[in-house]
Amino acid sequence: MKKTASDYSHINGWGIDADPLDVPNYPIKKRNENDNKGMVWERPAQQPALVEVLHSNERPGLTAVFGTPNPPTGLSGQLRRFAFRYSESTWTHWLALLVADRINMMEGIGEDLKNGHIPDLIAEHGLKSELKFNKIGLAKKVLTGAAVITVAVLLMKSRSRDDD
Amino acid sequence: MLAMNYRGPYRVRADRNKPMPEIEHSSDAIVRVTRSCICGSDLHLYHGLVPDTRIGTTFGHEFIGVVEEVGDAVQNLKVGDSVLVPFNIACGKCVFCQQGLYGNCHESNPQATAVGGIFGYSHTAGGFDGGQAEYVRVPYADFGPTLIPDDMDHDDAVLLTDVVPTGYQAAEMGGIKPGDTVVIFGAGPIGIMAAKSAWLFGAGRVIVIDHIEYRLEFVKQYAQCEAYNFRSLEDPVLFIKKTTDWIGADVCIDAVGCEAAGDALQTITGRKLMLQAGSATALHWAINSVKKGGIVSIVGVYGPTGNLIPIGNVVNKGITIRANQASVKRLLPRLIEHVQAGRLDPKGIITHRIPMEEVGDAYHIFSAKLDNCIKTVLIPPSARK
Ligand SMILES: NC(=O)c1ccc[n+]([C@@H]2O[C@H](COP(=O)([O-])OP(=O)(O)OC[C@H]3O[C@@H](n4cnc5c(N)ncnc54)[C@H](O)[C@@H]3O)[C@@H](O)[C@H]2O)c1
Ligand SMILES: [Zn+2]
Ligand SMILES: [Zn+2]
Repeated sequence: MKKTASDYSHINGWGIDADPLDVPNYPIKKRNENDNKGMVWERPAQQPALVEVLHSNERPGLTAVFGTPNPPTGLSGQLRRFAFRYSESTWTHWLALLVADRINMMEGIGEDLKNGHIPDLIAEHGLKSELKFNKIGLAKKVLTGAAVITVAVLLMKSRSRDDD
Repeated sequence: MLAMNYRGPYRVRADRNKPMPEIEHSSDAIVRVTRSCICGSDLHLYHGLVPDTRIGTTFGHEFIGVVEEVGDAVQNLKVGDSVLVPFNIACGKCVFCQQGLYGNCHESNPQATAVGGIFGYSHTAGGFDGGQAEYVRVPYADFGPTLIPDDMDHDDAVLLTDVVPTGYQAAEMGGIKPGDTVVIFGAGPIGIMAAKSAWLFGAGRVIVIDHIEYRLEFVKQYAQCEAYNFRSLEDPVLFIKKTTDWIGADVCIDAVGCEAAGDALQTITGRKLMLQAGSATALHWAINSVKKGGIVSIVGVYGPTGNLIPIGNVVNKGITIRANQASVKRLLPRLIEHVQAGRLDPKGIITHRIPMEEVGDAYHIFSAKLDNCIKTVLIPPSARK
């Protein structure tokens, strides 16, 4: 059963945008002279590329603006360059980038240590708030962890005994 | 300056020595951030699910602030202006921007053609640093940033950069007709705002599905809608069929995206093994709960590789799927009206205000849904005086 508008007086603005023609920003596709013509619009000025910026091979070059932080470096950077030889439509492209991200994480730890910075894992993981708001959950995690380690140790012990 | 710094999955820190951003293009501005939110989208980055998220990246695409410096070509903004900055980076000139598709600009992201530039959202979205920092570089400053109306609360303004437009567009894309039954998957900030907006389009019934009890309680009050826990429903699709007189919902909205819970196969293949671009449980349910000829509107974010969804049912039921990144700039004029008229109350969803220095805890609280968290705002030191 469909209800009628009169039932909705408790909702401020009920139905006010129901008619798209009353809402001037409704997304009706606007045709313009650049439709069906490819990349022919008046392009914004080009940001100069002062660092290495990779670009999708599904486009001819860089966009007019782009971010410059964290250009590709090291092993992860090499893998990212490799990834960009493949289109966005391939698994190779995205899997290579994901693997690069994990390598990059190790590189990040290396870089921290090199700069004499020992990452504060408690702050980075937000563990203080875990202790504050989720004591029971945290205790469960710690207990499960301890149980897993105990079982593993017992198994290893019994195995080494078998070896004797 | 102080900035959030990504170190790897589940590891973020407040970096006190991040170099200040600079004008890199004549249309850039530098904005001093006064408020910056953490979004459900940031969680996909935080959990390491978005390819090409480089170590050292500063996240943050929902921010407002004060213009600190402008490039030579900037005409519409001046130093000292208070602005809200849409999360999409859009040129306003390309063929897509010309159509109002500001989330799909072709001049803001060299790394991928499938998505426009987004602040602080990995190199897959353009490699820009984001606004969870004291200062941020804002490209196309003449186009995106919008002056915050004098009478607008800045807590409302910061939610107009993403949450409100995204929730509203989710409802808009649903093509809701007066009287329609609208089912929304997800009671996070986006789902909550979609529920609120569905009424503005004349929905007859608004039903929200989630499994986090405190969020269901919240949305029921805040959006004056029905809310159900899928853990206690057994089969949410069957429940929706029953409650719609065995027809299905007119419109289903996916406001969950790639980290959906509720289906072991999806969770294992999508989130643990990453054999698909995240878990598509909510989308699966949306497709199967909508009526024949109905509309599924997707704003939940998925990765670029692909997902397991019942596409055969989309064909057989004649479903229309509409989806996009929200086109924030297009929607702002209307949404500012709604906020000013009291039809939308964005700041009502903010539960946490956390100093930017404690960003590690802020992410953990939002990600683990601790302390009844719905929406978190990071406040930089200069805005706390
Ligand atoms: N398209 C856009 O422009 C746009 C903009 C912003 C956010 N988003 C996306 O919208 C989604 C929601 O964002 P948010 O900030 O509300 O995130 P959030 O993480 O706070 O909320 C997601 C909610 O979904 C719930 N959920 C999990 N599995 C579910 C299921 N199977 N069925 C129903 N609910 C389920 C969770 O419990 C949670 O409450 C994210 O994917 C985000 O990336 C898209
Ligand atoms: Zn967001
Ligand atoms: Zn554009």
